[in-house]
Amino acid sequence: MANTADILPGTLDMLILKALSLGSLHGYGVLLRIQQISAGAFEVEQGALYPALYRLEQRGMLTAKWGLSENNRRAKYYGLTHRGEKHLRQQTENWNRLTLAIATVLNAGAEET
Amino acid sequence: MQLRVFLEPLFRRDRLDQSIEEEMRFHIEERAADLHRSGLPAEEAKRKAQIEFGGQETYKEQCRNTRPFQWVYAFLSDLHFGMRMLRRSPGFSMLAILCLTIGIGANAAVFGWIEGTLFRPYPLVAHQETLFVLAGTARGVNGYDDTSWPDLLDFQRNCKLIDSFVAEKIVGTTLSIGDRAQRAVGSLVSANYFAALGIRPVLGRGFEPGEDMGRNAHPVVVISYQLWQDRFHGDRSVIGKTQMLNSLPHTIVGVAPKGFYGTFVGYAWQFWVPASMQERFDSSGYKLEDRGARWIEGFVRLKPGVSVEQAQQEIAAVARRLERDFPETNRGRGIKLLPLWQSPFNASQAMLPTLKITTLVVFFVLIIACANVSNLLLVRAFARRHELTVRMAVGAGRGRLIKQLLTESLVLASIALVGGILVAHWCRNLLVLLIPPRAGPIFMKGELDWRVLALSAAVSLISILLFGTIPALQTSNLDISSALKCESVGVIGTRGKSKLRSALILLQVALSFVLLVGAGLLLESVQRIRNSSPGFSRDGVLITAINLLAAGYDLQRAKNFQEELLNRVQGLAGVESAAYARVVPFSYVSYSSAPVAVDGYQVAPDEQPSADYDEVSPAFFSTLGIPLVSGRNFTRADDENAPPVAIVNEAMAAQYWRGADPVGMRLQVKGRWMQVIGVAKNAKYRNMLETPKPFFYMPLRQNSSAQVGLLVRTRQDPATIAPVLAREVHALDPDVAPYGVLTVREQLARQTLTQQVAGTFLGIFGGLALLLATIGLYGVMSYAVSQSTRELGLRVALGAAPSHLLRLVMSRGVAVIGLGIAMGFAAALGTTRLFGYLLYDVSPHDPLSFGSALVIITAASMAACFLPAWRAMRTDPLRALRD
Repeated sequence: MANTADILPGTLDMLILKALSLGSLHGYGVLLRIQQISAGAFEVEQGALYPALYRLEQRGMLTAKWGLSENNRRAKYYGLTHRGEKHLRQQTENWNRLTLAIATVLNAGAEET
Repeated sequence: MQLRVFLEPLFRRDRLDQSIEEEMRFHIEERAADLHRSGLPAEEAKRKAQIEFGGQETYKEQCRNTRPFQWVYAFLSDLHFGMRMLRRSPGFSMLAILCLTIGIGANAAVFGWIEGTLFRPYPLVAHQETLFVLAGTARGVNGYDDTSWPDLLDFQRNCKLIDSFVAEKIVGTTLSIGDRAQRAVGSLVSANYFAALGIRPVLGRGFEPGEDMGRNAHPVVVISYQLWQDRFHGDRSVIGKTQMLNSLPHTIVGVAPKGFYGTFVGYAWQFWVPASMQERFDSSGYKLEDRGARWIEGFVRLKPGVSVEQAQQEIAAVARRLERDFPETNRGRGIKLLPLWQSPFNASQAMLPTLKITTLVVFFVLIIACANVSNLLLVRAFARRHELTVRMAVGAGRGRLIKQLLTESLVLASIALVGGILVAHWCRNLLVLLIPPRAGPIFMKGELDWRVLALSAAVSLISILLFGTIPALQTSNLDISSALKCESVGVIGTRGKSKLRSALILLQVALSFVLLVGAGLLLESVQRIRNSSPGFSRDGVLITAINLLAAGYDLQRAKNFQEELLNRVQGLAGVESAAYARVVPFSYVSYSSAPVAVDGYQVAPDEQPSADYDEVSPAFFSTLGIPLVSGRNFTRADDENAPPVAIVNEAMAAQYWRGADPVGMRLQVKGRWMQVIGVAKNAKYRNMLETPKPFFYMPLRQNSSAQVGLLVRTRQDPATIAPVLAREVHALDPDVAPYGVLTVREQLARQTLTQQVAGTFLGIFGGLALLLATIGLYGVMSYAVSQSTRELGLRVALGAAPSHLLRLVMSRGVAVIGLGIAMGFAAALGTTRLFGYLLYDVSPHDPLSFGSALVIITAASMAACFLPAWRAMRTDPLRALRD
């Protein structure tokens, strides 16, 4: 089983924000959504999700409130705040720039050799 | 409401825990349900969901840690837990707290003493940090002397950086109110005294500008609160009434506030009179217009923002100008500003070396106490290893464990801090015991202000570092797997923790050794001083004093009185001889010093030849037992009508006459020529530690004084002679009372007080340290033996003789002690030099002191080892192996 340390630092936060950008979810829901959108490429120990959620909530990126789940159980739902959305946008841009730059470098090297 | 605000984080914290718990349970159950739906059996699904989730407790902890101020909650919980742990082992806690209380309390008490006598010596006086002592200097002469009134006025006029110059001079008087007479001490002060010190009288006023001017022009007095209560019963109408002081009515103009004791470490002033009254209170004549008469022991108050260096520069410039303008009185004269604690004029001078050494000593005691508590913690950590390993196993990090252990240490140190401050509070009056009894109330007190409290708190924190860190680091460094298994019992002294504890014992033994050596050196110094000769008889001579100035006598009446009294005393049964001296050797009255000149003696540029002198009656030399080596003694014929004569000491003869016999030569004193008629043997004049210096005597009859010391050679003891003397004095004048009667030995003992006190302190603390170290050693050895019962039993079973076991255990103890003593020896060799001049005729490496410390330490520590070794020897192999 992969550990949080095995994925790039900070990636888990991004994945959570991305997962929540489509609507509020409870913790288990976030996990399922990540598995779904990443097609299983990022496996984390499930418990590791929670410290990350708490940290993001503390930084004002997420809101949390208790609600009822599909099967009528009490569950804590997380949603993206305005700040969270902005952060996700920024991170996405940074990420894209970075991957583009790296891709350019790698491809250029490949053409020359 | 307040309580709720305080407690809410704790409740919220519980809520937080519950919500994390519920959230995680929801997650795992949902996951299990999903897995179950995908075909796993219910039990299997539950198990798998839990494994996939990972360590719940760890993640819970991480969630909690994301909360703001998490460390506060963690600390509060540690605190709570720590107190519970301490309550659970009261024996350990009490012992640890006791050790720390001794350590911290000793330090706090000494801080309080230092604050109260050196740094903030004058209660109620505002901003003592901008107050400096005004000390006169003479070029080429060590030490400080007083300042003259005209100089002081010139300084006040010309120094712009200094807010005020305050003059003060200790004076005594006899107060008679109704039919009771009592000696009182007070101070002759400049008019700005109360204003400059920031003291507002509770009743009436302080002195007004100008009241310090004019010869005997302003007979007014401010009395102390205590005197007001004791003598005037707090009567508010006392202002404006008159009080006889030195036979002159003085108007009471004010009452000083409660708790203001004046500005002299060691005395509590009872009254203040303005400097204009100097002649009334000073037996040596009118001095307000005499630039050469130095009698003021003053202070300066710096203006805000002025550094002492700047003020010193300005004052030096003025002093140079005065030196130019008044060469005959001010040649080579300067002023040095000293911080209050360096004042050469009061008891702080005697306290300084004692307090310096005591500070070092109590720090040693603290270290030793900490080493003991460290040892206790290590033992307890061993007993708690199960609890700690369980905490680690469920996910507490090493840092978290260290925090927990240090918090427990903090609880211990905090309780000890409170105890220590109580100890300091009780000890704050102990200093008074260090001063010999004297006329007038004594004020010397430790001060527990916020600075002392802060420093004590800092010491407690240091103590935590000293005693808590090593056990915390050591304990948290657990190997979980081996610790959870049953601890295997090792061989004596091979485990790391045991080595650490031995190292702590080593430190204690070494420090105790240093303290004992120090105590030995000082006490031996006291012995040596007692046994060395001051140059006059120590036995069979009694000393008292008679102050006729305070009784209002003029010089002629005083002379007649003295003559009459001496005749009566010499006629008493059992009295061999009696004599007067203006200044009795080793007393608090200071000798006069005068510029001298000798025919043919070449004066070096900048040198102002001067010597101390005393005025004595003819029988002085025979009564005190100072031999004359040449020439003749004073006689009754050497009176005001005869040519002036002097007797010089050997040192003076050697310096000014180059060893030739000065008898018959001329000596000029203060411009007056006198003939040298004899040479006296050198003696000690002020204290035992001084080196021989030029000194001369003049006949009292040619230089009368209304205030004299009376020396009586007799075989009777002071208690018998005192009432007889008083009766003779009263017979002459019922209003005059002699001072208390002392033996010369008692007089000398006052001079060894510093050594005596420092030696006593070192002895007490050294003994305390030794006791702590012995207890520690005993603890370590007993523990080692009890932990190796199985090994010892095995050895017995295999045929080891009991004596072998005894040797085995003892040898380990002896190794630690031996090493400790060796270290202590080296440390003592290096540190005893710090005693400096406190050591009299004793080498800092004195073999006797080192030897006795060695014997005491060895005996005590061997005893501490022997008991456990004895128990080891009697190990029952059957029981040891069965247990």
